[in-house]
Parts: sequence; structure tokens; C-alpha cells
Amino acid sequence: MGRTLTRIAHEILERNRGVEELCLVGIRTRGVPIARRLARAIAEINKHEVPTGALDITLYRDDLMRHAVGPQPVVRSTEIPFSIDDKKILLVDDVLYTGRTIRAALDALIDFGRPKSIQLVVMVDRGHRELPIKADYVGKNLPTSLSQSVQVHLLEVDGRDEVEIQDA
Amino acid sequence: MKDLLAISDLSREEITLILDTAEAMQEIGERPIKKVPTLRGKTVVNLFYEPSTRTRTSFEIAEKRLSADTLNIAVSTSSVLKGETLADTAMNIEAMAPDMIVLRHPSSGACHVLARLCRSRIINAGDGMHEHPTQALLDAFTIRERKGRIEGLKVTIVGDLLHSRVLRSNIELLTKLGADVCACGPRTLIPVGLARHGVTVSTSVDEAVAGADVIMMLRIQQERMQGAFLPSVREYFSTFGMTAARVARAKPDVIIMHPGPMNRGVEIASDVADGPYSVILEQVANGVAVRMAVLYLLAGGADASD
Repeated sequence: MGRTLTRIAHEILERNRGVEELCLVGIRTRGVPIARRLARAIAEINKHEVPTGALDITLYRDDLMRHAVGPQPVVRSTEIPFSIDDKKILLVDDVLYTGRTIRAALDALIDFGRPKSIQLVVMVDRGHRELPIKADYVGKNLPTSLSQSVQVHLLEVDGRDEVEIQDA
Repeated sequence: MKDLLAISDLSREEITLILDTAEAMQEIGERPIKKVPTLRGKTVVNLFYEPSTRTRTSFEIAEKRLSADTLNIAVSTSSVLKGETLADTAMNIEAMAPDMIVLRHPSSGACHVLARLCRSRIINAGDGMHEHPTQALLDAFTIRERKGRIEGLKVTIVGDLLHSRVLRSNIELLTKLGADVCACGPRTLIPVGLARHGVTVSTSVDEAVAGADVIMMLRIQQERMQGAFLPSVREYFSTFGMTAARVARAKPDVIIMHPGPMNRGVEIASDVADGPYSVILEQVANGVAVRMAVLYLLAGGADASD
């Protein structure tokens, strides 16, 4: 995972020619520690601190009011302590699947301002998109079947770094 | 949970979930665009049978920040003046299929009646002398934000204990979360059996505020005082009014709360209301986040028992 993040950090720097306008925004839960690690990887390469924020997309989900039963998902805080206007935003998540989370995150981000661009970083792309969304930086492409589940475990959240594929 | 009728229906876990959700909602009020699409397409009716500025405005702002369509019915301009009963008004509103109704009513239990009649979710915004749950939730949120906890704090509540729905909701909530609650007021305004609710009852404000972490003032509700409860407003102020000298008996980091509207010079001195210990305007600000949390949590699925 460390090597993958270093590789993505290099790709980001290569594609964006400089870091001055870059900001990282991680999607809760696991996108946040990945964004922090990416910030560290970028700092190791060129000593520049990229501002990092956390985004909770619960209130933007498209399936929120569709459940007839069951409690509402827990809302956690969004912390973007910088202006995103005219910035190049790197949106970070662990697994890219249907694309619906990213759709919600794009809506949420745009409520915070008008960034110059938004690029998408994911650790794992498992396919099965339901919306026209594509990642700009991918840790690993993992072809899966719909019946499988893919979990990225992180030291910060789960006590270990590992990608787990489970057959249902 | 279908409705929010009373704090007494809520478990400690449910209260904590509401307060945690409110913490996340607070950030929305700090954004340049103070709106999320969560309740898009939901209709919320604010039905107010009593005058209210704070609570009604607070609910309306909360609803709008969640993108709900809101509708205000003030009784002074409605068919209620033509003699329509609460049940009939409710059934007529219900026929237009709103998703939620926020009700403020002068009779205790009005919300329970409505909850039985309506499929819409009902939020109690104050019913008679019974409960005012969102006020107690925002009070708890303010205390937790300032003190970091509620358990083990000494909370002294001073004022008209008899007519106060804010008191009843707060006692329920604070004792559930483990605070040590002391209620203080004139003997004529202490309801029978108050001590059974796990609170200390006192008639001496100087004793009651000693060592308090939180002082919560209650309004003297002149509109509900049909009997001779108090000799005079001036005498009330000298015996129970919150003055700087009385505040000095509490903990050095005490906070002073008031649900509003304040009667300056009756239950609270102006220098205390505007002083450094006062968190009265913070309570108002927090009210929006807490009501957003309640609206969000009720708008989704109801539990299996529903």
C-alpha cells in the first residue's frame, strides 16, 4: 500500500506540474486516512504540505429516503478548513464501485465553492459502474463479480493494511 | 421512532445519537451555501397554536437548510378562528399529504392526539405544560459542547417549575444522562411529586446555585398565571432573580442558560443575561443544528414497531 501511494503521489505531481493549487479531500470513512497518507507521500517528495480535508456524503446520498424501514445512516462531520475556490481538488476514496458515492461527493464539494478541477483517486477500482464516472488515479484494478464484497482495511481504522475480497 | 413527542420516550442511546448528529449538522450552518439536499421533496407543516418566534424560526431555518418544503400555519390567520377543532384541522392538513407536522399547542398531550390521527411524523414543539423536547435537546447539546459531558454535572434550574414544559423535558433528559439536577422555585410554583423524578427540590436559590456547573433559568409565564402564585414581580426578583451576587456562589466556570423569551429584571438581571457566563444566544444558534438532526433522523425509515 505504501508503494502504491508513493506511485500515485508521483503521478499526481507529474500530471499537475506543481502542487500550489492542490487540495486533498478524503471521503469518510476510509478515504480520510488515505488522503492523509497521500499528503505525507507528496510532502516526502517535494516538501510541500497539501491541505487535507474530510467529506461526509451521507446527507447527499440518493438512496437516503428510499428505505421503508431501518434507521437513518449516521451523519458524521465534514471538515474542509480551506477555500476550494479555484483549487485543484483531489477527491480520495478507498473503493470505486457503482460511482454513486462519488456522484454524491461531487454534489457536496460543489456546495463548498467552485474548484478549478476535481480529480479522483481510489485505492481499488472493482468495476460495475452505474454512472459515467472514472478514476484519474487507481491503486489497483480488481475485476470482481457483483456477489463479492471488497474491503480496504487500514491501520488507522482497522489496525491492519489489507485489501480483502469476500465471496458472498 | 415515528414521532418525537416527549423526551420520556427516548432512550439514552437515542438522545446521544441526536446530539452526535447535531454536531455534524452544525458545520452546514458555517458554509457559504447553507443547504444540503437531504429532505428534497419532503413537505413539513409548522402548525403553531401559540405565539413563538424562536422555536418557529429555528424549525423553519432547519427545514430549509435540509431542502424541505415548509409551510407555516399561524392560528391567528387560520380556520381555527372559525371554530375548527384540532383533529379536523389535522385531518385536513393530513389530506394534503405532508411528511411531517411540527406542532406547538397550549394543551398538554395535543401532539399525542395528532400522532394517533396522522400518518405524518409529528414533532412536538411544546405542548401545554407537558414537554418541549427539542428545547431540552438543544440545552443538552449546549451543555455538552461547553463542558464536554453531562454526566456528573450539577445543573440548577430556577423559576416557575409548575407551568414549565421546558423543566419537564430537561429533567427527563438530564437525569437520563446522569446529571445531578436541582430544581428551585417559590413554594406556590412547585408541582406536587417533583422530587419523585430524581431531582433535589429547593426553595432557597442561594443554596441551590452553590457549586452549580450550569444554571438554567425558567421564564415566569405571566400568561399562565391565573391564580395568585406570586405576590409581585419585584418580590420575585429579590427572592429568586439571578443576580451577579448569586452567580458568584456557583462554580467559577458556570454557564447561565435561558430558553427565552427573557423577562429582564424578573427572573434574570440584565448584567447576568449579557454577562460572560451567559450562553443564551449559543442556545439559540445550537437550536437549528439540533432541529436539523431531529428532522433528519425522523424523516427516514421508522423502526419495525411502526
